[in-house]
Amino acid sequence: MGRPIRFLLDGEVRELSDIDPTLTVLNLLRYDLRRTGTKEGCAEGDCGACTVVLGELEDGRVRFRAVNACILFAPLLDGKALFTVESLGREGNLHPVQQAMVDHHGSQCGFCTPGFVMSLYAIQREGGSTSTGALKDALAGNLCRCTGYGPIIAAGQGMGSDPLAAGVDALAAALAAIQPTESLTLEHVAGRFFAPASGEALAEVLLAHPDATILAGGTDVGLWVTKQHRALPTLVSLNAATDLRRIEDLGDAVRIGAGVRYADAHATLAALHPAFDELLRRLGGQQVRNLGTVCGNVANGSPIGDMPPVLIAAGATLVLRRGAERRELPLEGYFLAYGKQDRRPGEFVEAVLVPKLAADRVFSIAKLSKRFDQDISAVCLGLSVGVEAGYVTDARIAFGGMAATPKRAGACEAALVGRPWTRETVEAAVEALPDDFAPITDMRASAAYRLEAAGNLILRAYLESRPEAPTIRSAEAVAYG
Amino acid sequence: MADSGGRSALLPVLHAPIGHDSAPRHVSGEAIYIDDIPEPPGLLHLCVGQSARAHARVTKLDLTEVRAAPGVVAVLTPADIPGKNDISPFAGDDPMFAEGIVSFVGQPLFAVAAESLPKARAAAALAVIAYEDLTPAVTIADARAADLHLEPTQVMKLGDARAAIADAPHRASGTLTIGGQEHFYLEGQVALVIPGEGGDLHVWTSTQHPTETQHVIARCLGCPDNAVTVEVRRMGGGFGGKETQSVQWAAIAALTALKTRRPAKFRLDRDDDMVMTGKRHDFEIDWTLGFDDVGKLHGAAFEFASRCGHSTDLSRAINDRAMFHADNAYALQTAEIVSHRLRTHTVSNTAFRGFGGPQGMMGIERALDAAALSLGLDPLDVRLANLYGVSGDVTPYGQTVTDSVAREIMTELAEACDYRARRAAVRAANAGPGHLKRGIALTPVKFGISFTTSHLNQAGALIHLYTDGSIHLNHGGTEMGQGLYLKIAQVVADAFKVGLDRVKISSTRTDKVPNTSATAASSGSDLNGMAALAACETIKARLAGFARESFGAEPVYTPDGVMLGERLMSLKEFVQSAYLARVSLSATGFYKTPDIHYDREAHKGRPFYYYAYGAACSEVVIDTLTGENRVVRVDILHDVGRSLNPAIDLGQIEGGFIQGMGWLTTEELVFDDAGRLRTHAPSTYKIPTAGDRPDAFDVRIWQPGENREPTIHRSKAVGEPPFMLAISVLSALTDAVASVGDYRVMPNLDAPATPERVLAAVGDVRRRGTDV
Repeated sequence: MGRPIRFLLDGEVRELSDIDPTLTVLNLLRYDLRRTGTKEGCAEGDCGACTVVLGELEDGRVRFRAVNACILFAPLLDGKALFTVESLGREGNLHPVQQAMVDHHGSQCGFCTPGFVMSLYAIQREGGSTSTGALKDALAGNLCRCTGYGPIIAAGQGMGSDPLAAGVDALAAALAAIQPTESLTLEHVAGRFFAPASGEALAEVLLAHPDATILAGGTDVGLWVTKQHRALPTLVSLNAATDLRRIEDLGDAVRIGAGVRYADAHATLAALHPAFDELLRRLGGQQVRNLGTVCGNVANGSPIGDMPPVLIAAGATLVLRRGAERRELPLEGYFLAYGKQDRRPGEFVEAVLVPKLAADRVFSIAKLSKRFDQDISAVCLGLSVGVEAGYVTDARIAFGGMAATPKRAGACEAALVGRPWTRETVEAAVEALPDDFAPITDMRASAAYRLEAAGNLILRAYLESRPEAPTIRSAEAVAYG
Repeated sequence: MADSGGRSALLPVLHAPIGHDSAPRHVSGEAIYIDDIPEPPGLLHLCVGQSARAHARVTKLDLTEVRAAPGVVAVLTPADIPGKNDISPFAGDDPMFAEGIVSFVGQPLFAVAAESLPKARAAAALAVIAYEDLTPAVTIADARAADLHLEPTQVMKLGDARAAIADAPHRASGTLTIGGQEHFYLEGQVALVIPGEGGDLHVWTSTQHPTETQHVIARCLGCPDNAVTVEVRRMGGGFGGKETQSVQWAAIAALTALKTRRPAKFRLDRDDDMVMTGKRHDFEIDWTLGFDDVGKLHGAAFEFASRCGHSTDLSRAINDRAMFHADNAYALQTAEIVSHRLRTHTVSNTAFRGFGGPQGMMGIERALDAAALSLGLDPLDVRLANLYGVSGDVTPYGQTVTDSVAREIMTELAEACDYRARRAAVRAANAGPGHLKRGIALTPVKFGISFTTSHLNQAGALIHLYTDGSIHLNHGGTEMGQGLYLKIAQVVADAFKVGLDRVKISSTRTDKVPNTSATAASSGSDLNGMAALAACETIKARLAGFARESFGAEPVYTPDGVMLGERLMSLKEFVQSAYLARVSLSATGFYKTPDIHYDREAHKGRPFYYYAYGAACSEVVIDTLTGENRVVRVDILHDVGRSLNPAIDLGQIEGGFIQGMGWLTTEELVFDDAGRLRTHAPSTYKIPTAGDRPDAFDVRIWQPGENREPTIHRSKAVGEPPFMLAISVLSALTDAVASVGDYRVMPNLDAPATPERVLAAVGDVRRRGTDV
């Protein structure tokens, strides 16, 4: 039996040992610690009623992140500070975030309210923007069925500053004192859990346990437990391997490590092209982006993940590691068939290399879903087209949601290359899409819609590649008078 | 009541924008929901075994392994039910556990009580079940083909609509399909039952209908109603989804507690909740209008068909209400409204905010858009020309509309939001070549207030005045976030002219106020407010008698105390002296809505005490390449009479609108051919997020509003009516789609207007535009 999990709760060090590694933080809070302010609304990270805030020490500074407690396994609290709605104020002595919610009538039934309070609290402690747009993005992972959100946005704009901010140095010191210096290993009747402290150690553990489930942010693996009620006998977490958290600028490309979360990759990817900015604002809720990793979205091989098609279009390369051995492959080569990837036992995705885009390339990302924010795509497009002297030199067009894997539109690409970059060329090229894809009908969209919309998305990418083309996302009310 | 944000207790409490009484506890996590109650020792957790088939004969149900599974304490089947195996509100067709035949995917077959929820779940999965499949009717079309009806088709008539339409200068007709809606209350269904002595049961449950929960449990358990006490402090959202659909889980937990003599909790997880509990009815509407050159109606005919699911539940009254609202705010002149209530092998659809009213209104709103398009008129002008109060006053069910303020509200709103100029700007913008197109629409709501089952319009309250002058308030209404408890407390505080902090709000319980109706039909404050006021008046009458005897004066309640002639006493002193004089300081109050009656056989009468009105103007943008759409501006003007609490009412209006917008845009329930719900969690079922609320969103309470009937302080009901303001969104989307056919072809845009449906409608208009 190794050392216990150590985390901070309301300034106190808490220790956990002999727990089921898949115990969620939500159940730990509600049923073990009797802190019932944190609610279960969906147990899949979609509604935000369970939102708590994690304080993490990074380069000597404490970062505050809203996360979904319902899909967060308790061992991932190791070395972190946990804040719940009970950490703020009580009736008669409310925290400013809570008071703002009261003053603006931000609660009706009250069940989603603690989650909203915690999402707002994370913004306040991080000093995040409280513009309406920023709040809408930050709150898209919190569902409210009563208010219509206006009063909650108003509360976010009226919440003022954090009275606990003065204690941040003490918090940093307390966190420093519980930072893991050694890998965490848990043995429980329900399963084993390893959190190696480096990429090197991770590679060794995976060699020893080639059948292990690799856990990054857990925004998918968590649901295997909470929704499918699956047992996970061996879990290997890469969250303690801080060296995998790095984003490196390689000059002509950026290298995004396996542990890099969407939220941390956001600025880097948005700098490659602004289209990534909107995608990352719409992908999951803030809580999911604070846990989920770019590489995890690639590694698990889902045909409906949003990162694979856009990274394929960008020309990304995957770095896989097994023991000391590394290999690289073009990202599109990783996806072999539905549920089957080119990853060998004991191997893990160590990083993804994303080349920098030439400024004159036409690059476009489009995500089609029933709801704009926090929805899984029916169709996701990544498109990168080189145009010289009005002619297409090369094209990389990839789709999610159109096949059993993320996949390039080879026939469509071929129909573009060498031809003038015109509407006529594009309309002719999309006629080839049925040769590339035979999509399915499911609860998100019909096959016919997917095919028609996929072609139109390519056309839209062409139209929007011209200056000042308006987009549906930026539409405002009509100008008049 | 405790501090609710530091306001002076002595400010006037009536008609004041006071924050929700529970807000400080909501924001701090201290508000207690059922699953937050400390779990009693020995608690059993419940899970049910569900039917995997939509319609089948169960040929084998072997629970041997379930019983033997670790942690299992009891397995409950129909044989364990001492009373009736029936959890229906009245029709007797909804079993606690299916026997022999299963009639929807997810229907409970048995329950497992175990030491933990994971153990109960794991055990339930061990059942060996064999089925012999029968043909399922999943869709409205399936049920029509199989001629499966819950009750005979209902017909409501005003004059001879068919003849009037045939004789009219112009006719238009069409079909509209409207999807259902999941309530998605954030707190799922949950009940906790603790057994007492002598077979008594105390039931904590998240329900809008404690009395029905009590009655159903007693019916299932074969015990008298008085053995069962049902209590609810608050729900984490209801929206109609906890009117009947909460009962089954409480009843199973009660059965478990009775059988095992241990406390039992049943909490549905989100997926089970969405699969096993009913939703808003989906509808198909065929409509035909006859009208003149200026769009004035000669007659309207509607044929409604709804998917009711496998049992009756509340479908009769829901479909009745759809018929009652087929006219929305318009004098149809002549009308024929036909309503088919179809039985399907899907979960039984149920009450949901609006209760059929929203679906009923959709037909006439679509039809008026079509009439306006065919005449080249602004739909607002066609709407205004046909309003009650403008064009007539008799509804298809024979009630005379005497209180219409729709014209005033619509005219005021149209001016305030510059509707005319914006409509012109929208048309101008759409004349350009871009793939983004705009639409705008301004639609009214007229919603009938009262349970249409007349006897339900009654309520009770219980008030105790303690000798320190503090007040204990109880009534039959339940709190689901709508601020009902606060509004009633405002009424009571005002009656005694005390601060809200002197009024203790208490949980709704069947042993305090019995025989209550559901908190539904937007009637909560109308009914319970009057009942509470009646209880206050009873106590005040006794105190007045005492004052006359002891002080020779009529007591006058003021914020400073009680005036007795020249003398001012604190309420506390006054009450203490009354107590010493042996005056009863506790009273019940009762209220029944006057002047309502309805003959359901003839579909004639005055089912509604009054109407609530409102109007909304929505502006949208669609992407004609993808069908993506956004609501970019909303302006609302809504009538709540003299608002008891403008802050609470604004919250109801805004929230109702956004919920209605979700129904008509992003929220799509998808059942597969085998009757399995494929959208049973928020990952696949998409209610609006903060990002869907337009930045330009202006909501106002109509200031001249005052109920012409003597309701509680002349206020109006507000829970449901604003939901239907969102019909303006679908109308605006339809307007945007029509632009691609240069407004010559009426779009067939069904709801919900997902990107896929919008794109299909765009393509359809283009095709039909080319054909003509």
